[in-house]
Amino acid sequence: MKNLFEELNRDYRFKEGFHNCINCGTCTAVCPAAEFYKYDPRKIVDTVQTRDDAQIEALLKSETIWYCGECMSCVTRCPRKNRPGLVVMALRDLSIRLGYFTESEKGRQMLPLTHIMTDNILKYGYCIHPKSFRWEDHKESGPVWKWHTEHLEKSLERQGANYMGEGPGILRKIPQESLDELKAIFDVTGGTQRIRIVEEYSRKKAAEMGQSIQEYERNAFENSSDIHFNE
Amino acid sequence: MLCTMIYEGKQRIWSEYQKDIPDDRWYYVRSCIRQNFFPASEKMFTEITRNVLGKDIYETPHHTTCGGIAYHCDTIPQETAMTIVARQFALMTEAGYENYCPSCITSFGNYVEILETWREYPELEARIREDLWKACRREFNKPRYLAHSSDLIYRWRNEIAAKATHKLVNGRTGEPLRIVEHIGCHYAKMFPSKGVGGAEYPYVLAGMIESWGGQVVDYPERRHCCGYGFRQYHVKANRGYSMSNTYKKFESMEPFHPDAIITNCPGCPYFLDRWQYVIAEQTGKTYGENGFGIPVLTYEELAGLVLGYDPWDLGLQLHQVAVEPLLDKMGVEYDPSAKYLGLNREDIMRPELPGSIKCF
Repeated sequence: MKNLFEELNRDYRFKEGFHNCINCGTCTAVCPAAEFYKYDPRKIVDTVQTRDDAQIEALLKSETIWYCGECMSCVTRCPRKNRPGLVVMALRDLSIRLGYFTESEKGRQMLPLTHIMTDNILKYGYCIHPKSFRWEDHKESGPVWKWHTEHLEKSLERQGANYMGEGPGILRKIPQESLDELKAIFDVTGGTQRIRIVEEYSRKKAAEMGQSIQEYERNAFENSSDIHFNE
Repeated sequence: MLCTMIYEGKQRIWSEYQKDIPDDRWYYVRSCIRQNFFPASEKMFTEITRNVLGKDIYETPHHTTCGGIAYHCDTIPQETAMTIVARQFALMTEAGYENYCPSCITSFGNYVEILETWREYPELEARIREDLWKACRREFNKPRYLAHSSDLIYRWRNEIAAKATHKLVNGRTGEPLRIVEHIGCHYAKMFPSKGVGGAEYPYVLAGMIESWGGQVVDYPERRHCCGYGFRQYHVKANRGYSMSNTYKKFESMEPFHPDAIITNCPGCPYFLDRWQYVIAEQTGKTYGENGFGIPVLTYEELAGLVLGYDPWDLGLQLHQVAVEPLLDKMGVEYDPSAKYLGLNREDIMRPELPGSIKCF
Protein backbone atom coordinates (compact mmCIF):
# COMPACT_ATOMS: atom_id res chain seq x y z
CA MET A 1 0.00 0.00 0.00
CA LYS A 2 1.05 3.59 -0.72
CA ASN A 3 1.31 5.95 2.20
CA LEU A 4 -1.92 6.74 4.02
CA PHE A 5 -2.27 10.29 2.75
CA GLU A 6 -1.91 9.10 -0.84
CA GLU A 7 -4.41 6.36 -0.15
CA LEU A 8 -6.91 8.93 1.19
CA ASN A 9 -6.28 11.07 -1.85
CA ARG A 10 -7.59 8.31 -4.11
CA ASP A 11 -11.03 8.76 -2.57
CA TYR A 12 -13.22 11.19 -4.55
CA ARG A 13 -14.75 12.52 -1.33
CA PHE A 14 -11.30 13.38 -0.08
CA LYS A 15 -10.33 15.01 -3.38
CA GLU A 16 -13.43 17.21 -3.11
CA GLY A 17 -13.38 17.70 0.63
CA PHE A 18 -9.75 18.42 1.47
CA HIS A 19 -8.02 21.72 0.74
CA ASN A 20 -5.68 23.78 2.85
CA CYS A 21 -7.20 24.42 6.27
CA ILE A 22 -6.63 27.77 7.99
CA ASN A 23 -7.66 26.39 11.39
CA CYS A 24 -10.37 28.99 11.89
CA GLY A 25 -12.60 26.48 13.72
CA THR A 26 -15.84 27.46 11.98
CA CYS A 27 -16.59 23.79 11.31
CA THR A 28 -16.25 22.98 15.00
CA ALA A 29 -18.39 25.94 16.04
CA VAL A 30 -21.38 24.74 13.99
CA CYS A 31 -20.86 21.00 14.48
CA PRO A 32 -23.67 19.12 16.32
CA ALA A 33 -21.22 16.34 17.25
CA ALA A 34 -18.68 18.75 18.75
CA GLU A 35 -21.14 19.86 21.44
CA PHE A 36 -21.91 16.32 22.49
CA TYR A 37 -18.67 14.40 22.01
CA LYS A 38 -15.04 15.29 22.65
CA TYR A 39 -14.87 16.10 18.98
CA ASP A 40 -13.18 18.78 16.92
CA PRO A 41 -13.42 18.45 13.12
CA ARG A 42 -10.87 21.27 12.77
CA LYS A 43 -8.26 19.05 14.42
CA ILE A 44 -9.10 16.17 12.10
CA VAL A 45 -8.49 18.25 8.98
CA ASP A 46 -5.39 19.77 10.57
CA THR A 47 -4.01 16.31 11.38
CA VAL A 48 -4.62 15.13 7.84
CA GLN A 49 -2.89 18.15 6.37
CA THR A 50 0.33 17.25 8.22
CA ARG A 51 0.48 14.36 5.71
CA ASP A 52 2.22 12.48 8.54
CA ASP A 53 1.49 8.76 8.30
CA ALA A 54 1.94 8.07 12.02
CA GLN A 55 -0.57 10.77 12.93
CA ILE A 56 -3.02 9.67 10.26
CA GLU A 57 -2.76 6.04 11.38
CA ALA A 58 -3.51 7.10 14.98
CA LEU A 59 -6.56 8.97 13.66
CA LEU A 60 -7.76 5.91 11.73
CA LYS A 61 -7.58 3.84 14.92
CA SER A 62 -9.18 6.51 17.12
CA GLU A 63 -12.68 7.05 18.49
CA THR A 64 -12.67 10.54 16.98
CA ILE A 65 -13.51 9.76 13.38
CA TRP A 66 -16.71 7.93 14.42
CA TYR A 67 -18.28 10.89 16.26
CA CYS A 68 -19.43 12.78 13.15
CA GLY A 69 -23.14 12.54 12.26
CA GLU A 70 -22.53 13.34 8.54
CA CYS A 71 -25.07 16.18 8.65
CA MET A 72 -22.62 18.23 6.56
CA SER A 73 -23.34 21.48 8.39
CA CYS A 74 -19.58 22.14 8.19
CA VAL A 75 -19.67 22.04 4.39
CA THR A 76 -21.81 25.15 4.07
CA ARG A 77 -19.72 27.32 6.35
CA CYS A 78 -16.02 26.60 5.65
CA PRO A 79 -14.46 29.77 4.21
CA ARG A 80 -11.86 27.70 2.33
CA LYS A 81 -14.31 25.25 0.75
CA ASN A 82 -13.13 22.34 2.84
CA ARG A 83 -15.70 19.66 3.51
CA PRO A 84 -14.68 18.06 6.82
CA GLY A 85 -17.69 15.73 6.71
CA LEU A 86 -16.45 14.26 3.42
CA VAL A 87 -12.90 13.96 4.82
CA VAL A 88 -14.33 11.98 7.74
CA MET A 89 -16.18 9.68 5.31
CA ALA A 90 -12.91 8.98 3.48
CA LEU A 91 -11.08 8.35 6.78
CA ARG A 92 -13.79 5.91 7.89
CA ASP A 93 -13.64 4.11 4.57
CA LEU A 94 -9.88 3.66 4.86
CA SER A 95 -10.13 2.64 8.53
CA ILE A 96 -12.56 -0.11 7.54
CA ARG A 97 -10.49 -1.33 4.61
CA LEU A 98 -7.37 -1.58 6.81
CA GLY A 99 -9.21 -3.19 9.72
CA TYR A 100 -8.27 -0.31 12.03
CA PHE A 101 -11.94 0.29 12.94
CA THR A 102 -11.89 -2.51 15.53
CA GLU A 103 -9.34 -0.57 17.61
CA SER A 104 -12.02 1.83 18.90
CA GLU A 105 -15.31 1.28 20.72
CA LYS A 106 -17.22 3.46 18.25
CA GLY A 107 -15.48 1.83 15.30
CA ARG A 108 -16.57 -1.61 16.50
CA GLN A 109 -20.15 -0.46 15.93
CA MET A 110 -19.49 -1.15 12.24
CA LEU A 111 -20.50 -4.79 12.74
CA PRO A 112 -24.09 -4.28 13.96
CA LEU A 113 -24.53 -1.28 11.65
CA THR A 114 -23.37 -3.23 8.61
CA HIS A 115 -25.73 -6.08 9.46
CA ILE A 116 -28.71 -3.78 10.04
CA MET A 117 -28.27 -1.80 6.83
CA THR A 118 -27.05 -4.39 4.36
CA ASP A 119 -29.46 -7.09 5.58
CA ASN A 120 -32.36 -4.69 5.04
CA ILE A 121 -31.14 -3.72 1.57
CA LEU A 122 -30.43 -7.25 0.37
CA LYS A 123 -33.47 -8.94 1.96
CA TYR A 124 -36.12 -6.27 1.45
CA GLY A 125 -34.73 -3.54 -0.85
CA TYR A 126 -35.07 -0.87 1.87
CA CYS A 127 -32.56 0.63 4.34
CA ILE A 128 -35.23 0.48 7.07
CA HIS A 129 -37.97 -2.15 7.17
CA PRO A 130 -40.77 -2.99 9.64
CA LYS A 131 -39.61 -6.61 9.88
CA SER A 132 -36.30 -5.57 11.43
CA PHE A 133 -37.16 -2.28 13.18
CA ARG A 134 -38.09 -3.88 16.53
CA TRP A 135 -39.87 -1.76 19.12
CA GLU A 136 -37.77 -3.48 21.81
CA ASP A 137 -34.66 -1.87 20.29
CA HIS A 138 -36.41 1.50 19.83
CA LYS A 139 -38.41 2.24 22.94
CA GLU A 140 -37.95 5.95 22.28
CA SER A 141 -40.48 5.49 19.48
CA GLY A 142 -43.09 5.56 22.21
CA PRO A 143 -46.26 3.67 23.12
CA VAL A 144 -47.88 4.73 19.86
CA TRP A 145 -45.22 2.81 17.95
CA LYS A 146 -45.59 -0.22 20.21
CA TRP A 147 -49.29 -0.23 19.31
CA HIS A 148 -48.49 0.30 15.63
CA THR A 149 -46.05 -2.61 15.49
CA GLU A 150 -48.42 -4.88 17.41
CA HIS A 151 -51.13 -4.18 14.80
CA LEU A 152 -48.74 -3.62 11.93
CA GLU A 153 -50.73 -4.89 8.98
CA LYS A 154 -54.02 -3.29 10.06
CA SER A 155 -52.35 -0.02 10.98
CA LEU A 156 -50.44 0.17 7.69
CA GLU A 157 -53.62 -0.72 5.81
CA ARG A 158 -55.31 2.28 7.49
CA GLN A 159 -52.36 4.44 6.44
CA GLY A 160 -52.86 3.51 2.80
CA ALA A 161 -49.75 1.33 2.52
CA ASN A 162 -49.38 -1.64 0.18
CA TYR A 163 -47.37 -3.57 2.79
CA MET A 164 -45.56 -6.54 1.21
CA GLY A 165 -48.04 -6.35 -1.67
CA GLU A 166 -47.50 -6.63 -5.41
CA GLY A 167 -47.27 -3.51 -7.61
CA PRO A 168 -46.32 0.03 -6.63
CA GLY A 169 -47.01 1.76 -3.33
CA ILE A 170 -45.85 2.29 0.20
CA LEU A 171 -43.74 -0.56 1.67
CA ARG A 172 -44.57 -2.76 -1.32
CA LYS A 173 -42.72 -6.05 -1.71
CA ILE A 174 -39.74 -5.30 -3.94
CA PRO A 175 -39.81 -7.88 -6.76
CA GLN A 176 -37.23 -10.68 -6.43
CA GLU A 177 -35.59 -9.78 -9.77
CA SER A 178 -34.93 -6.27 -8.41
CA LEU A 179 -33.43 -7.70 -5.20
CA ASP A 180 -31.25 -9.93 -7.39
CA GLU A 181 -30.01 -6.83 -9.19
CA LEU A 182 -29.11 -5.18 -5.87
CA LYS A 183 -27.13 -8.29 -4.93
CA ALA A 184 -25.34 -8.20 -8.28
CA ILE A 185 -24.49 -4.52 -7.73
CA PHE A 186 -23.06 -5.38 -4.29
CA ASP A 187 -20.97 -8.16 -5.85
CA VAL A 188 -19.61 -6.03 -8.70
CA THR A 189 -18.91 -2.82 -6.77
CA GLY A 190 -17.30 -4.07 -3.56
CA GLY A 191 -20.41 -3.98 -1.34
CA THR A 192 -20.27 -7.73 -0.65
CA GLN A 193 -16.53 -7.61 -0.05
CA ARG A 194 -17.07 -4.74 2.41
CA ILE A 195 -19.45 -6.89 4.47
CA ARG A 196 -16.87 -9.71 4.55
CA ILE A 197 -14.07 -7.33 5.62
CA VAL A 198 -16.14 -5.95 8.50
CA GLU A 199 -17.13 -9.46 9.61
CA GLU A 200 -13.60 -10.90 9.39
CA TYR A 201 -11.86 -8.12 11.32
CA SER A 202 -14.69 -8.10 13.88
CA ARG A 203 -14.39 -11.88 14.42
CA LYS A 204 -10.66 -11.48 14.95
CA LYS A 205 -11.17 -8.66 17.46
CA ALA A 206 -13.93 -10.51 19.31
CA ALA A 207 -11.56 -13.47 19.81
CA GLU A 208 -8.83 -11.12 21.01
CA MET A 209 -11.30 -9.61 23.51
CA GLY A 210 -12.44 -13.05 24.65
CA GLN A 211 -16.02 -12.54 23.48
CA SER A 212 -18.24 -14.57 21.23
CA ILE A 213 -19.10 -12.71 18.04
CA GLN A 214 -22.71 -12.42 19.24
CA GLU A 215 -21.60 -10.84 22.55
CA TYR A 216 -19.25 -8.52 20.67
CA GLU A 217 -22.01 -7.41 18.30
CA ARG A 218 -24.59 -6.86 21.06
CA ASN A 219 -22.07 -4.93 23.19
CA ALA A 220 -21.15 -2.73 20.25
CA PHE A 221 -24.83 -2.00 19.58
CA GLU A 222 -25.93 -1.34 23.15
CA ASN A 223 -23.08 -0.16 25.31
CA SER A 224 -21.14 3.05 25.55
CA SER A 225 -18.38 3.96 27.97
CA ASP A 226 -18.09 7.45 29.47
CA ILE A 227 -14.91 8.40 27.65
CA HIS A 228 -16.63 10.04 24.68
CA PHE A 229 -18.58 12.89 26.15
CA ASN A 230 -17.92 16.54 26.84
CA GLU A 231 -18.07 17.60 30.47
CA MET B 1 -37.13 49.45 9.84
CA LEU B 2 -34.46 46.88 10.70
CA CYS B 3 -36.98 44.05 10.23
CA THR B 4 -37.88 45.39 6.77
CA MET B 5 -34.22 45.57 5.81
CA ILE B 6 -33.60 42.01 6.99
CA TYR B 7 -36.65 40.77 5.11
CA GLU B 8 -35.58 42.59 1.93
CA GLY B 9 -32.09 41.16 2.34
CA LYS B 10 -33.52 37.65 2.58
CA GLN B 11 -35.67 38.27 -0.50
CA ARG B 12 -32.47 39.14 -2.40
CA ILE B 13 -30.75 35.98 -1.14
CA TRP B 14 -33.77 33.88 -2.10
CA SER B 15 -33.85 35.38 -5.57
CA GLU B 16 -30.30 34.12 -6.14
CA TYR B 17 -31.24 30.56 -5.24
CA GLN B 18 -34.20 29.73 -7.40
CA LYS B 19 -34.26 26.48 -9.31
CA ASP B 20 -36.19 25.31 -12.33
CA ILE B 21 -39.00 22.99 -11.29
CA PRO B 22 -40.99 21.76 -14.30
CA ASP B 23 -44.76 21.77 -13.90
CA ASP B 24 -45.47 18.14 -14.81
CA ARG B 25 -44.27 14.60 -15.68
CA TRP B 26 -42.24 13.49 -12.67
CA TYR B 27 -40.68 10.11 -11.94
CA TYR B 28 -41.29 9.52 -8.21
CA VAL B 29 -39.12 7.42 -5.89
CA ARG B 30 -40.10 6.67 -2.30
CA SER B 31 -38.27 7.16 0.99
CA CYS B 32 -37.25 4.23 3.22
CA ILE B 33 -37.81 6.19 6.42
CA ARG B 34 -41.03 7.95 5.41
CA GLN B 35 -42.64 4.71 4.26
CA ASN B 36 -41.97 3.30 7.73
CA PHE B 37 -42.69 6.26 10.02
CA PHE B 38 -45.09 8.54 8.11
CA PRO B 39 -46.50 6.28 5.41
CA ALA B 40 -49.65 8.33 4.83
CA SER B 41 -47.53 11.38 3.90
CA GLU B 42 -46.45 9.69 0.69
CA LYS B 43 -50.03 8.62 0.07
CA MET B 44 -51.04 12.27 0.49
CA PHE B 45 -48.29 13.43 -1.88
CA THR B 46 -49.62 11.29 -4.70
CA GLU B 47 -53.24 12.11 -3.76
CA ILE B 48 -52.63 15.88 -3.90
CA THR B 49 -50.38 15.90 -6.95
CA ARG B 50 -52.36 13.40 -9.04
CA ASN B 51 -55.95 13.82 -7.93
CA VAL B 52 -56.15 17.41 -6.71
CA LEU B 53 -53.65 19.05 -9.08
CA GLY B 54 -53.89 16.59 -12.00
CA LYS B 55 -50.14 16.00 -12.40
CA ASP B 56 -48.40 13.00 -13.96
CA ILE B 57 -46.44 11.36 -11.11
CA TYR B 58 -45.09 7.96 -12.16
CA GLU B 59 -43.85 5.17 -9.89
CA THR B 60 -42.50 1.72 -10.68
CA PRO B 61 -42.56 -1.14 -8.13
CA HIS B 62 -39.01 -2.02 -9.23
CA HIS B 63 -37.33 0.98 -7.66
CA THR B 64 -35.53 0.31 -4.39
CA THR B 65 -33.73 2.18 -1.65
CA CYS B 66 -31.10 4.56 -3.02
CA GLY B 67 -28.79 3.20 -0.32
CA GLY B 68 -28.28 6.71 1.10
CA ILE B 69 -28.75 5.80 4.75
CA ALA B 70 -26.44 2.80 4.47
CA TYR B 71 -23.92 5.03 2.69
CA HIS B 72 -24.02 7.64 5.46
CA CYS B 73 -23.72 4.85 8.04
CA ASP B 74 -20.49 4.01 6.15
CA THR B 75 -21.70 0.46 5.54
CA ILE B 76 -21.49 0.48 1.74
CA PRO B 77 -18.71 1.83 -0.48
CA GLN B 78 -19.30 4.94 -2.57
CA GLU B 79 -19.17 2.88 -5.77
CA THR B 80 -22.00 0.64 -4.52
CA ALA B 81 -24.14 3.66 -3.59
CA MET B 82 -23.50 5.24 -6.99
CA THR B 83 -24.40 2.09 -8.90
CA ILE B 84 -27.67 1.65 -6.98
CA VAL B 85 -28.50 5.23 -7.98
CA ALA B 86 -27.46 4.54 -11.58
CA ARG B 87 -29.99 1.68 -11.61
CA GLN B 88 -32.69 4.05 -10.35
CA PHE B 89 -31.85 6.42 -13.22
CA ALA B 90 -32.02 3.49 -15.67
CA LEU B 91 -35.55 2.69 -14.49
CA MET B 92 -36.51 6.34 -15.04
CA THR B 93 -34.99 6.29 -18.51
CA GLU B 94 -36.81 3.07 -19.43
CA ALA B 95 -40.11 4.59 -18.25
CA GLY B 96 -39.62 7.59 -20.58
CA TYR B 97 -39.22 10.27 -17.91
CA GLU B 98 -36.51 12.89 -17.38
CA ASN B 99 -37.70 14.75 -14.26
CA TYR B 100 -36.67 12.86 -11.13
CA CYS B 101 -38.38 13.40 -7.77
CA PRO B 102 -37.17 11.63 -4.60
CA SER B 103 -39.36 11.72 -1.49
CA CYS B 104 -36.34 11.55 0.81
CA ILE B 105 -33.89 14.36 1.65
CA THR B 106 -31.01 11.94 2.25
CA SER B 107 -31.74 10.58 -1.22
CA PHE B 108 -32.00 14.06 -2.70
CA GLY B 109 -28.60 14.96 -1.23
CA ASN B 110 -27.21 11.63 -2.41
CA TYR B 111 -28.44 12.21 -5.99
CA VAL B 112 -27.08 15.77 -6.06
CA GLU B 113 -23.71 14.66 -4.67
CA ILE B 114 -23.44 11.85 -7.20
CA LEU B 115 -24.42 13.98 -10.20
CA GLU B 116 -21.99 16.74 -9.14
CA THR B 117 -19.20 14.20 -8.55
CA TRP B 118 -19.77 12.69 -11.99
CA ARG B 119 -19.72 16.18 -13.53
CA GLU B 120 -16.35 16.82 -11.87
CA TYR B 121 -14.92 13.35 -12.55
CA PRO B 122 -16.35 11.95 -15.81
CA GLU B 123 -14.07 8.89 -15.54
CA LEU B 124 -15.97 7.87 -12.39
CA GLU B 125 -19.31 8.14 -14.17
CA ALA B 126 -17.90 5.96 -16.96
CA ARG B 127 -16.83 3.34 -14.40
CA ILE B 128 -20.26 3.33 -12.77
CA ARG B 129 -21.89 2.87 -16.18
CA GLU B 130 -19.67 -0.18 -16.70
CA ASP B 131 -20.52 -1.51 -13.22
CA LEU B 132 -24.23 -1.12 -13.87
CA TRP B 133 -23.95 -2.90 -17.19
CA LYS B 134 -21.99 -5.77 -15.63
CA ALA B 135 -24.43 -6.14 -12.74
CA CYS B 136 -27.80 -5.43 -14.35
CA ARG B 137 -27.35 -5.03 -18.12
CA ARG B 138 -28.92 -1.59 -17.88
CA GLU B 139 -28.05 1.85 -19.27
CA PHE B 140 -29.26 5.25 -18.18
CA ASN B 141 -29.68 8.92 -18.94
CA LYS B 142 -29.12 11.36 -16.13
CA PRO B 143 -32.21 13.29 -15.04
CA ARG B 144 -32.75 16.59 -16.81
CA TYR B 145 -34.31 18.01 -13.64
CA LEU B 146 -33.94 16.85 -10.05
CA ALA B 147 -36.31 18.16 -7.39
CA HIS B 148 -37.27 16.97 -3.95
CA SER B 149 -40.97 16.30 -3.39
CA SER B 150 -41.11 19.36 -1.11
CA ASP B 151 -39.85 21.43 -4.07
CA LEU B 152 -42.90 20.25 -6.01
CA ILE B 153 -45.34 21.15 -3.24
CA TYR B 154 -43.55 24.52 -3.03
CA ARG B 155 -43.97 24.89 -6.81
CA TRP B 156 -47.70 24.28 -6.45
CA ARG B 157 -48.22 26.00 -3.07
CA ASN B 158 -50.40 28.78 -4.46
CA GLU B 159 -52.62 26.30 -6.32
CA ILE B 160 -53.07 24.48 -3.02
CA ALA B 161 -53.80 27.80 -1.28
CA ALA B 162 -56.47 28.53 -3.90
CA LYS B 163 -58.24 25.27 -2.99
CA ALA B 164 -57.76 25.65 0.79
CA THR B 165 -60.59 25.00 3.21
CA HIS B 166 -58.45 25.91 6.22
CA LYS B 167 -55.75 28.51 6.66
CA LEU B 168 -52.80 28.54 9.03
CA VAL B 169 -54.66 31.03 11.15
CA ASN B 170 -55.78 30.79 14.76
CA GLY B 171 -59.56 30.71 14.44
CA ARG B 172 -60.03 32.13 17.92
CA THR B 173 -57.71 35.14 17.64
CA GLY B 174 -57.53 35.62 13.87
CA GLU B 175 -53.72 35.74 14.14
CA PRO B 176 -51.44 33.77 11.78
CA LEU B 177 -50.17 30.55 13.36
CA ARG B 178 -46.49 30.62 14.28
CA ILE B 179 -44.79 27.82 12.38
CA VAL B 180 -41.21 26.60 12.72
CA GLU B 181 -39.77 25.29 9.47
CA HIS B 182 -37.08 22.64 9.80
CA ILE B 183 -35.12 21.78 6.67
CA GLY B 184 -33.31 18.47 6.38
CA CYS B 185 -29.55 19.06 6.41
CA HIS B 186 -28.91 17.26 3.12
CA TYR B 187 -31.41 19.42 1.26
CA ALA B 188 -28.97 22.28 0.65
CA LYS B 189 -26.11 22.35 3.15
CA MET B 190 -23.83 20.46 0.77
CA PHE B 191 -24.93 22.16 -2.45
CA PRO B 192 -26.77 25.40 -1.58
CA SER B 193 -27.58 26.19 -5.22
CA LYS B 194 -29.66 23.01 -5.49
CA GLY B 195 -32.24 24.06 -2.89
CA VAL B 196 -34.96 26.70 -3.18
CA GLY B 197 -33.54 29.68 -1.28
CA GLY B 198 -30.10 28.16 -0.61
CA ALA B 199 -28.76 26.81 2.68
CA GLU B 200 -28.90 29.78 5.07
CA TYR B 201 -32.45 30.94 4.31
CA PRO B 202 -34.15 28.07 2.49
CA TYR B 203 -37.53 29.20 1.23
CA VAL B 204 -39.02 25.85 0.30
CA LEU B 205 -41.08 25.42 3.49
CA ALA B 206 -41.24 29.12 4.41
CA GLY B 207 -42.96 29.70 1.06
CA MET B 208 -45.63 27.12 1.88
CA ILE B 209 -46.22 28.61 5.34
CA GLU B 210 -46.63 32.12 3.96
CA SER B 211 -48.83 31.00 1.10
CA TRP B 212 -51.14 29.12 3.45
CA GLY B 213 -51.56 32.04 5.87
CA GLY B 214 -49.04 31.27 8.63
CA GLN B 215 -46.08 33.15 10.03
CA VAL B 216 -42.54 31.74 9.91
CA VAL B 217 -40.75 31.61 13.26
CA ASP B 218 -37.11 32.66 13.23
CA TYR B 219 -35.05 31.39 16.17
CA PRO B 220 -31.32 30.99 16.89
CA GLU B 221 -30.93 27.27 16.21
CA ARG B 222 -33.15 27.25 13.14
CA ARG B 223 -30.50 25.63 10.96
CA HIS B 224 -29.21 23.17 13.58
CA CYS B 225 -29.49 19.48 12.71
CA CYS B 226 -32.36 17.52 14.30
CA GLY B 227 -29.70 15.10 15.54
CA TYR B 228 -30.36 12.07 13.33
CA GLY B 229 -26.67 11.55 12.61
CA PHE B 230 -27.28 8.17 10.89
CA ARG B 231 -25.06 5.89 13.04
CA GLN B 232 -25.79 8.23 15.96
CA TYR B 233 -29.36 6.93 15.93
CA HIS B 234 -29.26 3.47 14.38
CA VAL B 235 -26.79 2.26 17.02
CA LYS B 236 -28.61 2.16 20.34
CA ALA B 237 -25.51 3.18 22.31
CA ASN B 238 -25.31 6.52 20.44
CA ARG B 239 -28.85 7.82 20.74
CA GLY B 240 -27.98 10.42 23.39
CA TYR B 241 -26.35 12.38 20.53
CA SER B 242 -29.60 12.41 18.64
CA MET B 243 -31.76 13.48 21.57
CA SER B 244 -29.31 16.16 22.75
CA ASN B 245 -29.48 17.95 19.42
CA THR B 246 -33.26 17.89 19.39
CA TYR B 247 -33.19 19.23 22.95
CA LYS B 248 -30.97 22.11 21.86
CA LYS B 249 -33.44 23.05 19.13
CA PHE B 250 -36.47 22.95 21.42
CA GLU B 251 -34.75 25.03 24.11
CA SER B 252 -33.93 27.57 21.40
CA MET B 253 -37.43 27.75 19.86
CA GLU B 254 -39.36 27.62 23.17
CA PRO B 255 -39.40 31.40 23.82
CA PHE B 256 -41.07 31.95 20.42
CA HIS B 257 -44.08 29.75 21.32
CA PRO B 258 -44.49 27.92 18.00
CA ASP B 259 -47.91 26.44 17.22
CA ALA B 260 -46.38 23.73 15.04
CA ILE B 261 -43.24 22.59 13.25
CA ILE B 262 -43.08 21.45 9.62
CA THR B 263 -40.22 19.53 8.10
CA ASN B 264 -39.18 18.27 4.68
CA CYS B 265 -36.83 15.51 5.81
CA PRO B 266 -37.79 11.89 6.53
CA GLY B 267 -36.04 11.54 9.87
CA CYS B 268 -36.57 15.03 11.29
CA PRO B 269 -40.33 14.77 12.00
CA TYR B 270 -39.77 11.42 13.70
CA PHE B 271 -36.93 12.72 15.91
CA LEU B 272 -38.52 16.08 16.71
CA ASP B 273 -41.72 14.22 17.63
CA ARG B 274 -40.31 11.25 19.55
CA TRP B 275 -37.53 13.03 21.43
CA GLN B 276 -40.15 15.45 22.83
CA TYR B 277 -41.78 12.37 24.35
CA VAL B 278 -38.45 11.11 25.74
CA ILE B 279 -37.45 14.55 27.08
CA ALA B 280 -40.82 14.71 28.86
CA GLU B 281 -40.33 11.20 30.27
CA GLN B 282 -36.82 12.00 31.48
CA THR B 283 -37.22 15.57 32.74
CA GLY B 284 -40.96 16.25 32.88
CA LYS B 285 -40.52 19.18 30.50
CA THR B 286 -42.97 19.82 27.66
CA TYR B 287 -42.70 22.55 25.05
CA GLY B 288 -46.30 23.15 23.98
CA GLU B 289 -49.14 24.72 25.96
CA ASN B 290 -50.80 23.05 28.96
CA GLY B 291 -48.61 19.97 29.09
CA PHE B 292 -48.79 19.21 25.37
CA GLY B 293 -45.82 19.04 23.02
CA ILE B 294 -45.38 21.06 19.83
CA PRO B 295 -46.96 19.13 16.94
CA VAL B 296 -44.46 18.19 14.22
CA LEU B 297 -45.87 17.66 10.74
CA THR B 298 -44.60 16.77 7.32
CA TYR B 299 -45.38 19.30 4.57
CA GLU B 300 -47.86 16.85 3.03
CA GLU B 301 -49.68 16.47 6.33
CA LEU B 302 -49.94 20.24 6.62
CA ALA B 303 -51.05 20.57 2.98
CA GLY B 304 -53.67 17.87 3.66
CA LEU B 305 -55.05 19.81 6.62
CA VAL B 306 -55.14 23.00 4.54
CA LEU B 307 -57.04 21.10 1.84
CA GLY B 308 -59.56 19.72 4.35
CA TYR B 309 -58.58 16.05 4.57
CA ASP B 310 -59.53 14.04 7.66
CA PRO B 311 -56.54 14.12 10.07
CA TRP B 312 -56.72 10.37 10.57
CA ASP B 313 -56.57 9.81 6.79
CA LEU B 314 -53.36 11.86 6.92
CA GLY B 315 -51.87 9.43 9.47
CA LEU B 316 -51.62 11.97 12.29
CA GLN B 317 -52.51 9.23 14.79
CA LEU B 318 -48.97 7.82 14.35
CA HIS B 319 -47.48 10.91 16.02
CA GLN B 320 -46.52 10.58 19.67
CA VAL B 321 -47.03 14.32 20.25
CA ALA B 322 -50.75 15.11 20.13
CA VAL B 323 -51.79 17.08 17.04
CA GLU B 324 -55.22 18.02 18.41
CA PRO B 325 -54.13 21.47 19.77
CA LEU B 326 -53.15 22.46 16.22
CA LEU B 327 -56.36 21.02 14.74
CA ASP B 328 -58.39 23.01 17.26
CA LYS B 329 -56.56 26.24 16.46
CA MET B 330 -57.09 25.72 12.71
CA GLY B 331 -60.74 24.81 13.22
CA VAL B 332 -60.28 21.37 11.66
CA GLU B 333 -63.18 19.04 12.47
CA TYR B 334 -62.28 15.52 13.58
CA ASP B 335 -63.78 12.55 15.34
CA PRO B 336 -61.69 11.80 18.46
CA SER B 337 -63.18 8.31 18.74
CA ALA B 338 -61.96 7.42 15.22
CA LYS B 339 -58.31 8.26 15.87
CA TYR B 340 -57.01 4.73 16.31
CA LEU B 341 -59.57 2.78 14.27
CA GLY B 342 -58.48 0.61 11.38
CA LEU B 343 -59.86 0.64 7.86
CA ASN B 344 -63.68 0.65 7.76
CA ARG B 345 -63.69 1.63 11.44
CA GLU B 346 -62.31 -1.74 12.54
CA ASP B 347 -61.31 -1.82 16.21
CA ILE B 348 -57.55 -2.43 16.45
CA MET B 349 -57.25 -1.33 20.10
CA ARG B 350 -55.50 1.83 21.27
CA PRO B 351 -51.96 2.69 22.34
CA GLU B 352 -51.21 3.33 25.99
CA LEU B 353 -50.96 7.02 26.77
CA PRO B 354 -47.63 8.38 27.99
CA GLY B 355 -47.68 9.78 31.51
CA SER B 356 -45.50 12.83 31.08
CA ILE B 357 -46.75 14.51 27.92
CA LYS B 358 -50.42 15.10 27.27
CA CYS B 359 -51.84 12.91 24.55
CA PHE B 360 -55.24 11.55 23.46
